[in-house]
Amino acid sequence: MLGHRRVYIVPSRLGFFFGGALAILLVGSINYALSLGFALTFLLAGMGIAAMVQTTRNLARLSVRAGRSEPVFAGDAARFRLAMANAGDFDRPEILVRHLGSGAQQTVDVAAADSAEAVLPVPAARRGWLPLGRVMLETRFPVGLFRAWSYVEPDCRCLVYPHPVASALPAPAPNAQAGGARAHAQGSDDFSGLRGYQPADSPRHVAWKSVARSDTQHARSDVMLTKQFAGDAIAELWLDLRDLPPSLGLEARLSRLSGWVLSAERTGALYGLRLPGARIEPGRGETHRAACLEALALYKAT
Amino acid sequence: MLLAGLLIAAGPHALHAPWWLIGLTLFLYAWRGLAVGNRGLLPARWMLVAIVALGMAGIWLQYRALFGRTPGMMLLVMFSGLKLLESRDQRDAAAVVFLTWFLAITSFLYSQSIPTAIGMFAAVAASIAALVSCAAPRRAPRANLRTALVLLGQAVPAALVLFLLFPRVQGPLWGLPQDAYSGITGLSDSMAPGNLSQLTLSDAIAFRVDFHGEAPRRRSLYWRGPVLWDFDGRTWRLGNPHLAELEPPTGGTRVEYSVLLEPHNRNWLFALELPASVPAQARYLDDGQIISLSPVRARISYEIASAIEAEPNPSEARPDLERTRQSLERARRLPPGFNPRARNLAESWRAASASDTEVLARAIEHFRRERLQYTTEPALLGRDSVDEFLYDTREGFCEHFSSAFVFLMRAAGVPARVVTGYQGGELNPVDGKFTVRQSDAHAWSEVFIAGRGWIRVDPTVLSVPLRLDAGLARALPAGKAMPLLMRPELEWLRGLRYNWEALTHQWNLLVLGYNPERQRELLSLLGVKGADWLELASTLLATLGAFVLGLFAWMLRGLVRPDPVQTAWNQFCRKLGAKGVTRSPYEGPRDYSERAARSLPSAGESIRRIAALYMALRYGRQAATVDVVELHRRVKDLEFG
Repeated sequence: MLGHRRVYIVPSRLGFFFGGALAILLVGSINYALSLGFALTFLLAGMGIAAMVQTTRNLARLSVRAGRSEPVFAGDAARFRLAMANAGDFDRPEILVRHLGSGAQQTVDVAAADSAEAVLPVPAARRGWLPLGRVMLETRFPVGLFRAWSYVEPDCRCLVYPHPVASALPAPAPNAQAGGARAHAQGSDDFSGLRGYQPADSPRHVAWKSVARSDTQHARSDVMLTKQFAGDAIAELWLDLRDLPPSLGLEARLSRLSGWVLSAERTGALYGLRLPGARIEPGRGETHRAACLEALALYKAT
Repeated sequence: MLLAGLLIAAGPHALHAPWWLIGLTLFLYAWRGLAVGNRGLLPARWMLVAIVALGMAGIWLQYRALFGRTPGMMLLVMFSGLKLLESRDQRDAAAVVFLTWFLAITSFLYSQSIPTAIGMFAAVAASIAALVSCAAPRRAPRANLRTALVLLGQAVPAALVLFLLFPRVQGPLWGLPQDAYSGITGLSDSMAPGNLSQLTLSDAIAFRVDFHGEAPRRRSLYWRGPVLWDFDGRTWRLGNPHLAELEPPTGGTRVEYSVLLEPHNRNWLFALELPASVPAQARYLDDGQIISLSPVRARISYEIASAIEAEPNPSEARPDLERTRQSLERARRLPPGFNPRARNLAESWRAASASDTEVLARAIEHFRRERLQYTTEPALLGRDSVDEFLYDTREGFCEHFSSAFVFLMRAAGVPARVVTGYQGGELNPVDGKFTVRQSDAHAWSEVFIAGRGWIRVDPTVLSVPLRLDAGLARALPAGKAMPLLMRPELEWLRGLRYNWEALTHQWNLLVLGYNPERQRELLSLLGVKGADWLELASTLLATLGAFVLGLFAWMLRGLVRPDPVQTAWNQFCRKLGAKGVTRSPYEGPRDYSERAARSLPSAGESIRRIAALYMALRYGRQAATVDVVELHRRVKDLEFG
């Protein structure tokens, strides 16, 4: 959690115009000896003073807490979540949350004794940990005459996976069990993989999870996959950095691996990952996929 | 909001604007009102230019000027409509808000009364609400209005400090436009048949008087103003008086009082006859006028003393002085060839009398006997106005009476002059002060009697004795025009007016009358003597600084540790405490919530859930934003059946 201390404030452009208008009103009041003119001028000046205090208050002692941010692939935008909690009994409307590095910004209203979340989409260029960095909170509420701002640097980071590059999966490794690879008779007991959906397929065999994950903009045949079931044990895939030609360069190879992990997960195969100095035993599922991708994201050549 | 503020601020201008400009401006406002939901209805640029050109041409035709006070304000009114129509974004809206303020301040040139002040406060509130809506467009309008009112409420203390302590400079800073003080009513420096009677139809207050001690009787209340010497056959004008030292009159009853004089754009100060002292900022003239050093353009108050029913001061009665001789010569002068019948009458008195005193007695007798009628609607008079009044129409207002009387005296060779001012006044039973109105304007005569000096003769009273004791209302025959509130049947309305005027008097004295002099008085009351502006400014800044810090501390009270989880938990404990389940210091969240859930079974489920969330957030390994939000929401929604 981060409470920030320093709130800076300066008059906005409108604020300078306001000052000019006040000066004109004051001169007019003096010149025509208008007592109520003085009263009006000073009331507005007092309003300006109160506005200055209220603008500062809109940010003062607002607590900013970094939320979880889901890992993303390089090239996508990391969605940082900042929870702003307002312990005061007043609302704090129109708080502009701006990421200084990328310029990503969002305006949030934080109600009294409540919290609100700002989501900042920060472009993730490279794999690894992406720290959020400095964030500026800015507000002109309530009258726009002053601009108050404050910096926070929440301790939060987002994991960036290597950008996945699609390429053909490596051949499955020979099964460690005796008997080796057998001819696959298509059945319905054991899940063996996915193929494109054909209209005649039973809806019970559609891989609905995969449909739900994919982008709805694609045509149906692109996203709908039919589960294939085989009668016997399934293949184990080993995804190994060393299988890729070093001439590609490390990052490109990691990208290939990243793409492989996605494809392997999609085919439903058991797959393991081998990197110099790291090894993930074959497995399947979200957690496994995430572990593999994280290993790729954080891999450092020795 | 924007529109509401503008309408209120522009309201007072409508009373002074030509009809076409009111129509145009209202049309522009209405256009904007219709176009709120539909931007397509807004005019194209060329149309705006055309409207500007037309409006400016109209103002030029009306006033033959584009600058100066009135045309300037009219331009402002028109531009407010145009800018409103043209406004598309936040900055334009802010410009309209500023225009609203300029309209509000210019409306104070017309009136600074309490209702105007309230109206302009409303206009400012609306305009600030509009500013808030611009800054937070997605917020509920009600919340924005509340914010605006809170802002204004917080502005009031600062405004008060500024009002009292801001170093005041006496204006004007530069020459004002020539029409700056147009429209101020009051006595003028000349008197022709008809202009006083116009004045007396006005209920406007001329000045208010606070007697220190017992007030004199109404019949003695002759408030002396300009003294008129020169007659051209129709109009009486000021003479050529000299500055003089006031020699206090002898005898009479001395009264001391303070006067709060409304601005009348002339130099005269009014005092009861005969003045016995002269205020500090004023001078005494040898014909008995008291004049201030500059025209009275703002409400001023002064302390003065007079001697009622006193003998005139002796030096004026000494005809041996050269200056006195000259002025007596002036007081006998008449233009030749006017009013032959009056001249004949006067000459017959002269021929039959041995002294000036005797001539005066005959004249007084004549006015008593003739029973001329008193009216506020005198017939128009021709060239020989005195003759026509005395012999033909036989009705007139005090200006006719005094003019005729002075004419007759001069024609008979007795020095005489016209004195204008006010007669009477009305006691306000609410605050015990006297109000003298324009409708109390009066003109009477003074006659010079050797050995005594200038003697007051009120020819109106000679003919219409009721005028003196009962005022204008009783003196007029029934059915004649008179100011509405002077009518006797409106007693209850008068009671209301007494209260209102007492309030207005305080307002005038304390708010509108606050000037550099008052500021010095206030400061010396506070123990600061002879403060220069630098000292004043630093006091002001220190006070404002303290105000800002105080306001800030007050607004952030209870926000020292902004921990949302703790806040929610505290709120939860408060809510339960209000239901009688107060947390003991030794009780942990688990025990406490269990106890609360048991004693408030209808909300048991929510209480347990909140406690679980709190413990997870407080003591759990990883805190999630969603949980904080959920905790807040649950605590807020917690209800007990």
